[in-house]
Amino acid sequence: MVATGALGAVGAAAVAWPFINNLNPAADTLALASIEVNVMPIEVGQAITVKWRGKPVFIRHRTEKDIKEAEAVPMSELPDPQTDNSRVTDTAKKVRPEWLIMIGVCTHLGCVPLGNLPGQDKGPYGGWYCPCHGSAYDTSGRIRKGPAPLNLAIPQYLFLSDSLVRIG
Amino acid sequence: MASSHGTPPVFNNKVIAWIDHRLPIFSYIEKEYHTFPTPRNFNYFWNFGAIATVMLVLMIATGVVLATNYTPHVLMAFDSVERIDRDVPQGWLIRDLHMNGASFFFIAVYVHIFRGMYYGSYKAPRELLWILGVVIFLLMMATAFMGYVLPWGQMSFWGATVITSLFSAIPVVGDSIVTWLWGGFSIGNPTLNRFYALHYLLPFIIVAVVALHVVALHVHGSNNPTGIDPKGPQDTVPFHPYYTMKDGFGVVVFLIVYSLVAFFGPDMLGDAANYIPADPLVTPTHIVPEWYFLPFYAILRAVPDKLGGVIAMFGAIAVLFVLPWLDTSRVRSSTFRPIYKWCMLLLVIDVVVLGFCGANPPAGFWIPLSQAATLYYFFHFLILLPVLGKIERPLPMPPSIADAVLKKKAG
Repeated sequence: MVATGALGAVGAAAVAWPFINNLNPAADTLALASIEVNVMPIEVGQAITVKWRGKPVFIRHRTEKDIKEAEAVPMSELPDPQTDNSRVTDTAKKVRPEWLIMIGVCTHLGCVPLGNLPGQDKGPYGGWYCPCHGSAYDTSGRIRKGPAPLNLAIPQYLFLSDSLVRIG
Repeated sequence: MASSHGTPPVFNNKVIAWIDHRLPIFSYIEKEYHTFPTPRNFNYFWNFGAIATVMLVLMIATGVVLATNYTPHVLMAFDSVERIDRDVPQGWLIRDLHMNGASFFFIAVYVHIFRGMYYGSYKAPRELLWILGVVIFLLMMATAFMGYVLPWGQMSFWGATVITSLFSAIPVVGDSIVTWLWGGFSIGNPTLNRFYALHYLLPFIIVAVVALHVVALHVHGSNNPTGIDPKGPQDTVPFHPYYTMKDGFGVVVFLIVYSLVAFFGPDMLGDAANYIPADPLVTPTHIVPEWYFLPFYAILRAVPDKLGGVIAMFGAIAVLFVLPWLDTSRVRSSTFRPIYKWCMLLLVIDVVVLGFCGANPPAGFWIPLSQAATLYYFFHFLILLPVLGKIERPLPMPPSIADAVLKKKAG
């Protein structure tokens, strides 16, 4: 009886699995290629938004002031402690503090934070501000205030040259 | 015709008799909708079950017609909805009826839920009836949410992003669940396709649960404004013609108001931002859900912690499931509960305040206000209800429904 029941349960699970897995991303969705971005035209203090895997990626050319502010923050003040350096390192382990490359999706509920375009509200910490539920990020994209639990995510990226970066 | 309770009806029409002998649908209708003994003292609050049923049928009818012209693809969805509005014969009418029908369905259901709470309709032996109702409410919310995504406007896209991202608050597996829901790394074409499929499916599941809701209702019959069970034929009237007429009247009045909005203010209840095509790179400055979700949205935002907010929001609905056991009072109707009566009024005010909080940006005094209102919401259900049932002294109850009605008439 128990063996029959157990086998039945395994069979039911085996039948259910294709239906559940069917909803996962398809091969063509997974195959979305990485993108290469020329960062040469971005002036100091400017930022651009590029689309990668259907999501916005922020590339900000940080000013000296941005970098100093980000580095000066004590870890104890951060809900999700990460050094500024660890957030500006590419996959070849090269640190480029002037380039901050992040997925522009608020870690609360997925809105695109403001602050990447000139004239937008950068929030109380000079970085980004999410208008949906009021999360504020600093100049390193780290969460400082509001309901978001994590810092803005850093995608895998590699500087192929000083002006060309590959994301993904 | 003219059968009294208990005796099976005799049909003079031979065709009806032949069918009924093999499939007793006519006996069923006779028993459940004609002779069915119904308390004689319903007020107009008892109309809203019938009204909600009519709205459900209307939503399915308009929805099926809309589906024949809608294209579930990210590049074509927005334009296909605009085409329905501009080019398809009477498309504007069907769409306005469907769009506003959702709002009026929720209006009917919210009044229906209030009725159940005010008159204690959820108490024994109607706990399962109430729980089935909460299931219908949840299914309606899912259906409405997915329907709102289909026009693929800015609010569609960002509303979907915010609501599906709620699941990312689940520890460890949250992100995988969200990717699974989306069928990709962001809201996209796979998401739109599956939402369309489910938006078409769920209403029929709602119909099935409504059927169970009605079956459960007809076991012990309806509650009534006094909350006293009928004690004999003097307390009841046959459902037809008394309540078919009264329900019919209520349905017509409700449909008049609904039509006025659908014809003369079809976008009154909607958000203008949804007439901007979805843009995955730009979040609208102010994301708001449809009005019927605002109180729950306010609860979500009131908690300054992601997982906490999500738990509070789902908890606000989950608490309704256990309402029959949270209320310790043995008296059903608020009419005889001098303190609870005012608490119900406060709860309604609280939910309306939460609605306004949800409609406004999470800044300034709206934050503490939504937190206070959220606390009161849970206070009402988790503390006030259990305690009040023990300490409140109910007013003297009339011996029967007939007594209550006749005394009121005389006095």
